[in-house]
Amino acid sequence: MARHLWVPPGKGVEMWKYVKEEQNKGLYDACFEHDSCGVGFVVNINGQKSHEIVRQGLDVLKRLAHRGAVGADPKTGDGAGILIQLPHELFKVARPGSYGAGLVFLPRNQKLYGICKDVFKKIVEQEGQVLLGWRRVPVNDSGIGKTAADTQPVMEQVFIGKGKQVNTRLELERKLYKIRREVEKEIQAKDFYITNLSSRTISYKGLLMPHQLEEYFLDLKDPELTSAIALVHSRYSTNTFPTWDLAQPFRFLAHNGEINTLRGNINWMRARGIDVIRPGGSDSACLDNVFELLVLSGRSLPHAMMMLIPGAWEQNKAMKKEVRDFYRYHACFMEPWDGPAAIAFTDGKHVGAVLDRNGLRPARYLVTKSGMVVMASEVGVLDIDPAEIESSGRLEPGKMFYIDTETQRIVEDEEIKEEIYDTRFYGQWLRENMVDLDDLHRISAAAEEKLDVKTLLKVFGYTREDLRMVLKPMAEKGKEPVGSMGNDTPHAVLSNRPQLLYNYFKQLFAQVTNPAIDPIREDLVMSLESYVGPQRDILKETPEHCHKLRVKEPILTNEELERIRSIQKNNFRTKTISVLFRKTELVKALGRICEEAEEAIKEGYTFLILSDRGVDEKNVALPMLLAVGAVHHHLIRKALRTKVSLIVESAEPREVHHFAALFGYGAELINPYLAYEAVSLLVARGDLTLDATTAVNNFRHALNKGIMKILSKMGISTLNSYRGAQIFEVLGIGDEVIGMCFEGTPSRIGGAGFEEIAKETVLRHEKAFALDPLLESGGIYQWRKDGENHLWNPQTISALQDSTRSNDYERYREFSALINDQSGRPTTLRSLLKIKTLPKPLPITEVEPVESILKRFATGAMSFGSISGPAHETIAKAMNMIGGRSNTGEGGEDPARFKDDRRSAVKQVASGRFGVTTNYLVNADELQIKIAQGAKPGEGGQLPGHKVSAIIARTRYTTPGVTLISPPPHHDIYSIEDLAQLIFDLKNVNPKARISVKLVSEVGVGTVAMGVAKGHADMILISGGDGGTGASPMSSIRHAGLPWELGLAETHQTLVMNGLRSRVRLQADGQLRTGRDLAIAAMLGAEEFGFATAALIVCGCVMLRHCHLNNCSVGVATQDECLSKRFRGKPEYLVNYFRFVAEELREIMAELGVRSVDELVGRADLLEVDRKILPWKAKNIDFDRILYRGEGSRTHCTQEQDHGMDKILDNQLIKLAKPALSGKGPVRHELEISNFNRTAGAMLSGELVKKFGESGLPDDSIHFKFTGVAGQSFGAWLAKGITLEIEGMANDYVGKGISGGKIIIRPNHLTTYSPNENIIVGNTTFYGAIDGEAYIRGVAGERFCIRNSGLFAVVEGVGDHGCEYMTGGRVIVLGPTGRNFAAGMSGGIAYVHDKHGEFPDKCNLSMVELEELNSEDKKLIKDMLESHFRYTRSPVAKGILDDFSKESRRFVKVMPKEYKRVLEERAMSEEELELLEVSDG
Amino acid sequence: MGDPRGFIKIRRGEGGAREQASRCMDCGTPFCHWGCPIGNYIPEWNDLVFNDQWERAFELLDATNNMPEITGRICPAHCEFACVLEINDDPVTIRENELAVIERAFKKGWVVPRPPSRRTGFEVAVVGSGPAGLSAAAQLNKMGHSVTVFEQDDSVGGILRYGIPDFKLEKWILDRRIEIWKKEGIKFKTSVKADSRLVSEFDAVCLAIGCRTPRDLKIPGRELEGIHFAMDYLVQANKKTGPINAKGKKVVVIGGGDTGADCVGTANRQGAKCVVQIELLSQPPECRDESCPWPKYPLLLKAASCREDEAERRWSILTRRFKGQDAKVKSLECVKVKFEGSKMIEVPGTEFEIEADLIILAIGFVKQEIGTEWQDKKVFPAGDVARGPSLVVWAIYEGREAARRISAALTRA
Repeated sequence: MARHLWVPPGKGVEMWKYVKEEQNKGLYDACFEHDSCGVGFVVNINGQKSHEIVRQGLDVLKRLAHRGAVGADPKTGDGAGILIQLPHELFKVARPGSYGAGLVFLPRNQKLYGICKDVFKKIVEQEGQVLLGWRRVPVNDSGIGKTAADTQPVMEQVFIGKGKQVNTRLELERKLYKIRREVEKEIQAKDFYITNLSSRTISYKGLLMPHQLEEYFLDLKDPELTSAIALVHSRYSTNTFPTWDLAQPFRFLAHNGEINTLRGNINWMRARGIDVIRPGGSDSACLDNVFELLVLSGRSLPHAMMMLIPGAWEQNKAMKKEVRDFYRYHACFMEPWDGPAAIAFTDGKHVGAVLDRNGLRPARYLVTKSGMVVMASEVGVLDIDPAEIESSGRLEPGKMFYIDTETQRIVEDEEIKEEIYDTRFYGQWLRENMVDLDDLHRISAAAEEKLDVKTLLKVFGYTREDLRMVLKPMAEKGKEPVGSMGNDTPHAVLSNRPQLLYNYFKQLFAQVTNPAIDPIREDLVMSLESYVGPQRDILKETPEHCHKLRVKEPILTNEELERIRSIQKNNFRTKTISVLFRKTELVKALGRICEEAEEAIKEGYTFLILSDRGVDEKNVALPMLLAVGAVHHHLIRKALRTKVSLIVESAEPREVHHFAALFGYGAELINPYLAYEAVSLLVARGDLTLDATTAVNNFRHALNKGIMKILSKMGISTLNSYRGAQIFEVLGIGDEVIGMCFEGTPSRIGGAGFEEIAKETVLRHEKAFALDPLLESGGIYQWRKDGENHLWNPQTISALQDSTRSNDYERYREFSALINDQSGRPTTLRSLLKIKTLPKPLPITEVEPVESILKRFATGAMSFGSISGPAHETIAKAMNMIGGRSNTGEGGEDPARFKDDRRSAVKQVASGRFGVTTNYLVNADELQIKIAQGAKPGEGGQLPGHKVSAIIARTRYTTPGVTLISPPPHHDIYSIEDLAQLIFDLKNVNPKARISVKLVSEVGVGTVAMGVAKGHADMILISGGDGGTGASPMSSIRHAGLPWELGLAETHQTLVMNGLRSRVRLQADGQLRTGRDLAIAAMLGAEEFGFATAALIVCGCVMLRHCHLNNCSVGVATQDECLSKRFRGKPEYLVNYFRFVAEELREIMAELGVRSVDELVGRADLLEVDRKILPWKAKNIDFDRILYRGEGSRTHCTQEQDHGMDKILDNQLIKLAKPALSGKGPVRHELEISNFNRTAGAMLSGELVKKFGESGLPDDSIHFKFTGVAGQSFGAWLAKGITLEIEGMANDYVGKGISGGKIIIRPNHLTTYSPNENIIVGNTTFYGAIDGEAYIRGVAGERFCIRNSGLFAVVEGVGDHGCEYMTGGRVIVLGPTGRNFAAGMSGGIAYVHDKHGEFPDKCNLSMVELEELNSEDKKLIKDMLESHFRYTRSPVAKGILDDFSKESRRFVKVMPKEYKRVLEERAMSEEELELLEVSDG
Repeated sequence: MGDPRGFIKIRRGEGGAREQASRCMDCGTPFCHWGCPIGNYIPEWNDLVFNDQWERAFELLDATNNMPEITGRICPAHCEFACVLEINDDPVTIRENELAVIERAFKKGWVVPRPPSRRTGFEVAVVGSGPAGLSAAAQLNKMGHSVTVFEQDDSVGGILRYGIPDFKLEKWILDRRIEIWKKEGIKFKTSVKADSRLVSEFDAVCLAIGCRTPRDLKIPGRELEGIHFAMDYLVQANKKTGPINAKGKKVVVIGGGDTGADCVGTANRQGAKCVVQIELLSQPPECRDESCPWPKYPLLLKAASCREDEAERRWSILTRRFKGQDAKVKSLECVKVKFEGSKMIEVPGTEFEIEADLIILAIGFVKQEIGTEWQDKKVFPAGDVARGPSLVVWAIYEGREAARRISAALTRA
């Protein structure tokens, strides 16, 4: 969860300071801290207070400890806390309800301590209340870590009695709130913090580990301390700086997850003139601030929560109309706080919990017969007698779980919502007030332009390439254009050519701390609908609040824009403001536009159209993004922004990225009139065989889809929350511009100012009026002589190929000179750096030898699938020859290669989990978790059916001809603690392999990497955003991800600063080409180096950029057999290349007098900016933060991570299984299991497969029966021959990657509830299953059998997204399913026993058909159900079997269309193979 | 791109221009476009040809090439040797496609005079009307400058008209283009020996006087009658006047390059009794070998304008002396040579004689210094005079570059 650091102008005792001065010099920025965690509560439904509840709360906390983390100091945790009812029995200060109390962190500095208390006193009195006194909270700090102890504040509780004017409890709470806010505003010292101030609840929390909490706060052991509610939280933060105040729970809530839209949410709150968000808080803290405000405004807890975190209502036809009305009404004045979230909240009387609309965090609960409820991120966190369990459930996306201790009951979701909407008239209000754009009068468009289309196109920088490669495919197919290979053109700020301002902006994306969404398969959570028009006060609700214009799609046609321009309804009035300027007066023009906007609001206008129509030779259009940003921020600063809607009428935007940027900086609707003209031009000149209307509609459709994809990359679901969220990093714009127009956007190297932006705008403008009849070439996507510079061009490509084929080092130096010296055409950030010359060079013989350097080399993850078999094997052979590491890429590896010279040392584990078998894992030296890919971070991939040949299908364990989809996120990594879990899983299967995590450079990657290091990764790879791809949307290749120079430096600095650098190795990749590139990477922090594009070029790639078309004429990136034969690469060429690169690196090291790469790592002090060669726009560029060399003695990896392998259950299992493992016959044992026994069976499976290979042992050779609640990843990668059985329950990720084993889960025999109505296993179970059997007597959570390749499973009910992305296997569901069943399911078959005929509505039919059973199906179902009954004694199975001929008719067969076709046809003729555009890799 | 799998389906030379265009892969890094000195937008117009959008193909071709109908006939097509298909397949027939585009454009009447919409008022002189001068003139005129071309010969075209034999380039093709230029406003002054007074009369001068000083073979017997420089021979042949004629003669052409080939072709067409062509260097390979990896332009044994049966071609031959009778040449005394590195060694015992009564020296040209009278910042040399002897397509490049520089200098001033 990102933290915002926004410092209000100077007031208070001491300015807010989070990080030490020197920390600000580097790239580390506390704003990008994330945390994620375990959350839970224990409640007595009847409101009976007891110390036992507190005790149990603390137990839950301890059992969630593995979800938290520790930093370099092993005894300092990231934070833990508990929120309970105010324990009057302990305090006994006054009558309950007549006072409030709160825990306050006070500075240890005596003077500040005194000031704080004085301020408190003063404000309490000002507010007319009574300061009853302070209590020194008894603490024992002997057990806490050094870091925590060093920064420990003074712990006191303050007691405030109510004044005379205060009558109700709500009034008292409001007073206490007021006091707290006033004090907070006045005292801004870094170690002063009020945890909570309330008459109902109190918290105990701090920078502690879960088990330390009760030892530290002695109160917690006091039997007088009682409560009916205990809400606990254990924090896992990327941060390791001492921050006592970020421990949770906050005043009302504890949050596990991440608010992705935080920046926008904060801005919008500011825009409303509401100042409640305390600077420096985490996103959870901000959410708490706003939630508190809404609750104190008089709304109930559920009401306030539903406003902030709405369910996915927009497209949910099954949702009650009243509920949808509620959401629609509130969407008119509150944008969603979007992102993965499990939130538990309480006001001391009620307790509730809610999940985000996607259900991306786990939350399970148990209700006992004695009236207790335990809810937590995991089940099994409190030992409860199975016979005592009344029910077992999970939170469902968008639904609320709510307990009222006053009425002493659990309130059903439906009832909560009913209570809210019943008393109001949202539906009626909406009917009477909301206006639909579609219902407005049609108006004929539009203004005539002074210039002809061609000149206009030139004025706005359209190139032939834009028309041919971007607009044409969009207008033709309604899809974003796809390209391949990486970006090797200059950053906008370095380019000699005038750039559109959008090109300076890089899209941010989710990695690790929250998942990206699949906007295609999970489109039910996505929405582009907008409600525009002025907003009203969020503290009230009136009919006028929904006095809005509803617009379904945000890209307006000319005609739609005219409708708004001339709107007459509802006091709506529209004003058009021109953004044209006279060449030299850019800043003045911006000021004029802002003033006009402000003036228009005062005059009562409700819509402002910023328009660049009317350019001519003298009148130049301002970059629209600049205008939008300036107006948006100006109005925020004036607290006027919500009074008006900003609409853009611009010739500029034509790529999806342009639109995303405009929305991201506050535009609400956009009319791209010139792009429409350009599309019409394509039609007119015959490039498109469509009519103009269809073409324009296709174009808009492509934009809508593209925008959804950009949102989803960051894990954001709705345009309403994306708007103004500023999810970008800027590369190359100076502070002055950022401050005025893009405030809050990270821009770390400075760069162009207003003057430069004006100059390049005018340059482009003037050029348009030259006599040349043609549009410019462009040359961005395809190299052109007269186009943009590319580092890979005919000259460099042929020099590299020549030199490596002829083993000619001199020729290689010609190549490296072409790359290294970019003066005059600077392209990369590193090209602007100069390696210092030092007085004491070394003889080269004393420098680390080539052979040793080569061991640091790796090749990039290119799957067999994205590149041809010969290319893949050639690279593997070369790396094995030099002792480096090649990478399988996503898509497995043919087991025939595991043991010979074609083996890839690095086996990648990506989101599709194709071919990730136990055998694959145990045969790796390194297991790499691919979080993101430079060319398309945050996106998934797709290998179209025609590319899935027999061999590819075999290595991916799927069916030839069936499309394979890789989801955007790993479905077992939605947060940092999930990643730690996957690392742990992989380490279990193969303890000898090092585990690496691949991240992509973006702002904040350093803090993510820190979390990854804390999650025990052995190596972290920082990829540059310009890396290659087999197929990506072209806008992603160019506009997402940042150069590795930034990401690597940030990561290195952050790890050094935190003392974690010595535990982890760093690798860099992304267009590394020469020894100089490596030297700079090393100096910025890398000890290992990856190559991909360069390696392909050595192998014969000539940058056709056709990888996605399967027709690579040089046989490198194709699966076409006849083209693969054209491959001419040889391992020797690669060996030559790598030796050259290493030699060049050695020469640089010798000159610097550095003996080894280890010595060179982190020596940023050896670099300086070469000011002479800075291009004109970049004259003010600032590398100080990149080149900052922080304190910290250990600057490269010197020690191994402690994975804690010695403590796990599998050590015992392996011992017990010894007879079977040594071939002496089967074993069977019974054991207890608990939620902290994670990943049970994985290490055992690894051992078994190492001995017996993939075929394993005969079924049931090893049989373990467990009693209890299993921890996460139970039975992960379970090998053939092993059967694991649980009598009890299990958590998330059961059976991930299962490779032939058998898993049986049934409730404890003492339970009395019906299993088929209660949850028994968690979310994302059997993810990437390869083979095996599973029998689950109970209901599974979301995403059951996701990406199943071959498992046969029976389950008695599933949550949302069941069988998503499944490609093989058979699944039987004997009960209801959630929504979106079978989304993206391309293979395998599911059978759903649909008792009530509800299933078809819940199934996503885009890839599957519903059929009746045939006799074969019936036989299969019968067999599987017989097994299910035999293993689990399921009465449901028995019921069906007993009357099978009748019951079998109730089964619906879910059959993927493509799978069916492939099964039927098997042999497809060549002609039918359509060349699809997308592939993975 | 035309058809993504076109190159697999269609062989080089099959079908018409459209089929051949379908073979073009529209590469992300188009080496053809790089190999082409003037940077023709080859993949783009191939795509348009495939899509039957010939007029737009012409528009793109016209943007980079002032005389595609000439390069389309006589260019050695570096582009084709740089074509990515050349790596492991037969390259796209780029030159033929270029010719198809421009000839269709002429046929359809798309090639029409397009005088500039406004005039800058600057006057530029172009001295010399070879490919460099003509390209410079055409470009300058497009940019709105007023251009006068000075040609010392009686007709415009320079080497295009007099250096290239008719069988390679018929002269009506050149005339057709010159007519258009005239209509666009370029003034041509022929039979004028321009001198440096132009520098004061014009705002700028483009000096494109070529490089016609032939390299001589100074060996005993050189003074004998019947030994001529290739250019003298070709010019006379093109003008169809003058004393040098191969009819009924035993002809030896010394020099194995393009000019030599032109002489062989001309001699045969004049009715030579027999033609022998000798070359000092060793025989080039018939196809690309390792010494010249793709995408470089390889020296290959060509049979383009000089067919196998037209001459006896011999390699690694050094001419030691010319022998004659009555001051007329009768034979050459030769010896075989071999090369060790850059060192040439005569092979002992391989001496022989070839009978000849007409000997053409086609062994290249010598780069000449530009006279001091032209040393002025208003003078911009272009073409062979600046670059040394080279190809027509390089001359076009030179002319266009000079035009760009001249225009920049004029408008900056």
